[in-house]
Amino acid sequence: MSTVFGKLSFDALPFHEPILVATFVAVAIGGLAVFAAVTRYRLWGYLWREWFTSIDHKKIGIMYTVLGLVMLLRGFADAIMMRLQQAMAFNGSEGYLPAHHYDQVFTAHGVIMIFFVAMPLVTGLMNYVVPLQIGARDVAFPFLNNFSLWMTVSGALLVMTSLFVGEFARTGWLAYPPLSELQFSPDVGVDYYIWSLQIAGVGTLLSGVNLLATIIKMRAPGMTLMKMPVFTWTALCTNVLIVASFPVLTAVLALLSLDRYVGTNFFTNELGGNPMMYVNLIWIWGHPEVYILILPAFGIFSEVASTFSGKRLFGYSSMVYATVVITILSYLVWLHHFFTMGSGASVNSFFGITTMIISIPTGAKIFNWLFTMYRGRIRFELPMMWTVAFMLTFVIGGMTGVLLAVPPADFVLHNSLFLVAHFHNVIIGGVLFGLFAGINYWFPKAFGFRLDPFWGKVSFWFWVVGFWFAFAPLYVLGLMGVTRRLRYFDDPSLQIWFVIAAFGAVLIALGIGAFLVQVYVTIRRRKALADPTGDPWEGRTLEWSTSSPPPEYNFAFTPIIHDSDAWWDMKQRGYRRPTSGFKPILMPRNTGAGFILAALSTVLGFALIWHIWWLAASSVVALLVVAIHHTFNYEREFRISAEHVRTVEAAR
Amino acid sequence: MRSARSIRRVRHYALLPLFLALCACNSVVLDPAGDVARQQRDLLIHSTVLMLFIIVPVMALTVLFAWRYRHANKKARYEPDWHHSTRLELVIWAAPLLIIICLGALTWLGTHLLDPYRPLDRIAPGKPVPHETRPLEVNVIALDWKWLFIYPEYGLATVNELAVPVNRPISMRITASSVMNSLYIPHLAGQVYAMAGMETRLHGVLNEPGVSQGFSANYSGAGFSGMRFTFRGLSDAEFAQWVQNAHDGELTRERYLELAKPSENEPVRHFTRVDSTLYQAVLNRCVEPGTMCMDHMMAHETMGHGTK
Repeated sequence: MSTVFGKLSFDALPFHEPILVATFVAVAIGGLAVFAAVTRYRLWGYLWREWFTSIDHKKIGIMYTVLGLVMLLRGFADAIMMRLQQAMAFNGSEGYLPAHHYDQVFTAHGVIMIFFVAMPLVTGLMNYVVPLQIGARDVAFPFLNNFSLWMTVSGALLVMTSLFVGEFARTGWLAYPPLSELQFSPDVGVDYYIWSLQIAGVGTLLSGVNLLATIIKMRAPGMTLMKMPVFTWTALCTNVLIVASFPVLTAVLALLSLDRYVGTNFFTNELGGNPMMYVNLIWIWGHPEVYILILPAFGIFSEVASTFSGKRLFGYSSMVYATVVITILSYLVWLHHFFTMGSGASVNSFFGITTMIISIPTGAKIFNWLFTMYRGRIRFELPMMWTVAFMLTFVIGGMTGVLLAVPPADFVLHNSLFLVAHFHNVIIGGVLFGLFAGINYWFPKAFGFRLDPFWGKVSFWFWVVGFWFAFAPLYVLGLMGVTRRLRYFDDPSLQIWFVIAAFGAVLIALGIGAFLVQVYVTIRRRKALADPTGDPWEGRTLEWSTSSPPPEYNFAFTPIIHDSDAWWDMKQRGYRRPTSGFKPILMPRNTGAGFILAALSTVLGFALIWHIWWLAASSVVALLVVAIHHTFNYEREFRISAEHVRTVEAAR
Repeated sequence: MRSARSIRRVRHYALLPLFLALCACNSVVLDPAGDVARQQRDLLIHSTVLMLFIIVPVMALTVLFAWRYRHANKKARYEPDWHHSTRLELVIWAAPLLIIICLGALTWLGTHLLDPYRPLDRIAPGKPVPHETRPLEVNVIALDWKWLFIYPEYGLATVNELAVPVNRPISMRITASSVMNSLYIPHLAGQVYAMAGMETRLHGVLNEPGVSQGFSANYSGAGFSGMRFTFRGLSDAEFAQWVQNAHDGELTRERYLELAKPSENEPVRHFTRVDSTLYQAVLNRCVEPGTMCMDHMMAHETMGHGTK
């Protein structure tokens, strides 16, 4: 049996956990409903031809965003389970989650929120917006873009599979050894962790290479580096960080898998293994990772602040230098995640001080947004509301972050709920608020109608108020000496704070619900919310110069750039869209190769997780065959005739 | 018990509404009973105050500008093309820089003074460690999922209970039997990781008697939540009494191996006649008969290479 099924057996299915069975039933019913609806309306062919195989950066960007939002629901379900458990487990009660389940929940929450919510949303926005902002027709490697998307989906799929087949890691989201070694985690949880991150990591790395090449090589004529929109600048720096740091994650996870699969001793307690090496390596990736997430958010805020203040961005060059400085410094701070490991005082103070130095360019950015608002005419549309909420929330998170960078203060707050409150303060208050600002800002570009403002405001207020209700109590609890990842508590005086935090989580749930309603209402009211101009916000950068949604070729003519706010400059000079003289356009052709390769990778990952060696070997062979076959595909482009371009442009 | 001191501290907290609110509850991090933890607390508060010098104006300006320059307010000045001011740029970069220079200096000093590896030179502000006082040595071993404390001076070991005399410096050596934990006694001093095959150090002193808790601050598996211990601050006489209290027999290597097996919520135990080589054996991962100690192995390898 074990040669056929490896470690997989009937016991791997969690029939004994009623919560999981109920979840599975709900997911199965929902999945069947979607499947039936797609089949009923004969949408499979449409989805396959127009979306799954599409190598249009705009469609890929939208698919990344959908992936991020779907996984947000899963990650948030984990969050609310944790909040409920911690609010209940007092006075001798162990709550409703046993350790086996609870420990998976907090691990999965962290992994999903970072890798499968924040990353796809950030990548999705960059994918959609960057080529439009630089006046390009697609990214540098369109096929790779599609492949990257499906590899990310494949990783997400494996994480979701672990919910119903086997289990996920019970190690915390960074899977520190020795706990994550075979000796202490003999089950498949850590293997699910390793292979889902390795497969998704291929996607992330390739998409980083792709966007980097796109920004470097494909800018419209006249767009020098110092005339790039700030969001593109932050995207450039983020992709530099991705390209330079994700290989470290790949390497460290590869070493961990060698320990687990082959019996090496890189990070074990025995035979010269050293877990401290893993902790160092994973944070050499991990710290740049948080800047990978926050820099594009900073870019979004810059675009939004300038657009909705009706004013040029204050201090463009200092904004750019601040971004570059943060990019470089983000590699010099990793040790602040483990001051408590016992490094000497000089090492600790070095890393503490480099961390604080990052707050200087970050502070400069805050001031730049502030002075962009100064003497502006601020329109408080949703993106701007998120921006102001960010400015007021993020400074608190920044302050507690610098506090944690003071090693002796870190000794008393490390791993406490104060730390948990801090990083949620910067990731929700920074990254997530930025993503919501970006989604509300660019949605009309992608679909030709705005998101409904009423439900958007409902969502905004629930999120912002809910955030403070959920995380202010965690700051307090951290100062009361409460550490994180605890499943139950002795001290009854703590309970009230956990109950307040749980209430905050409920408010956030309403915020997420209101966002879904916002999308639904928007689709129903799309006629009333339509924007025929392509430029609903009096935009300043090139993406607002095309129609909404843009044609598949983005720009009929490649624009020529004279200013960093290119579209604003064009409007000031009385730009008129050309209506004749169109030429045929060559565009990349759709292909299913990326989807198939990613599907085979999913099978490979599953086979490796369960030690089904014959399946692993065959999927490697299949991967090679498909990849080689794809190289013989010489029909990679198709021609859009001048006639067609004329029709499309005339219809605007 | 500590209310009188809390009142004296109020001038500290008066600056910080958040911390003021915290005085109402039992905030051990802001009101600890040991000199080291108190200095760490002071550093925390001073850094916060320093940063509030810039955070508060920024938040106030954000609200002010958002209100003042709202679209409906046509009276406010509107300069759509104003985007640069060298003077402002200087302020923008210099203000955070100055704060960080101060904070950096504070950090450098504080980190060296409060280095957990550094033996204490005082037991309280203005009270140097008396010459005749030797620190209380404690060897700490994090086990799955309980704490073992060995007092080599007394040949004593306890499970899930640590008692110390007040005003006597404590010098700890910390290791672990299997996975990584973090030893954290909030009333005494900040935390340090406990790792197998490695030794970390922690120095601290308790200034007030009382009973509180210590725990692991680093997730270590299924029994992590129960990995807490009683921390007792005793007078010298009470401590002498407590030392005599051991009644759970001797701690041999066999007994240790039994104890080291994973278990949760272990009751307090006091052992006498602790095998004096036990801690070194745990640290060098050679408690089990027939295993080679890591220090021996390393010495052996060094010699081997030396002969080439």
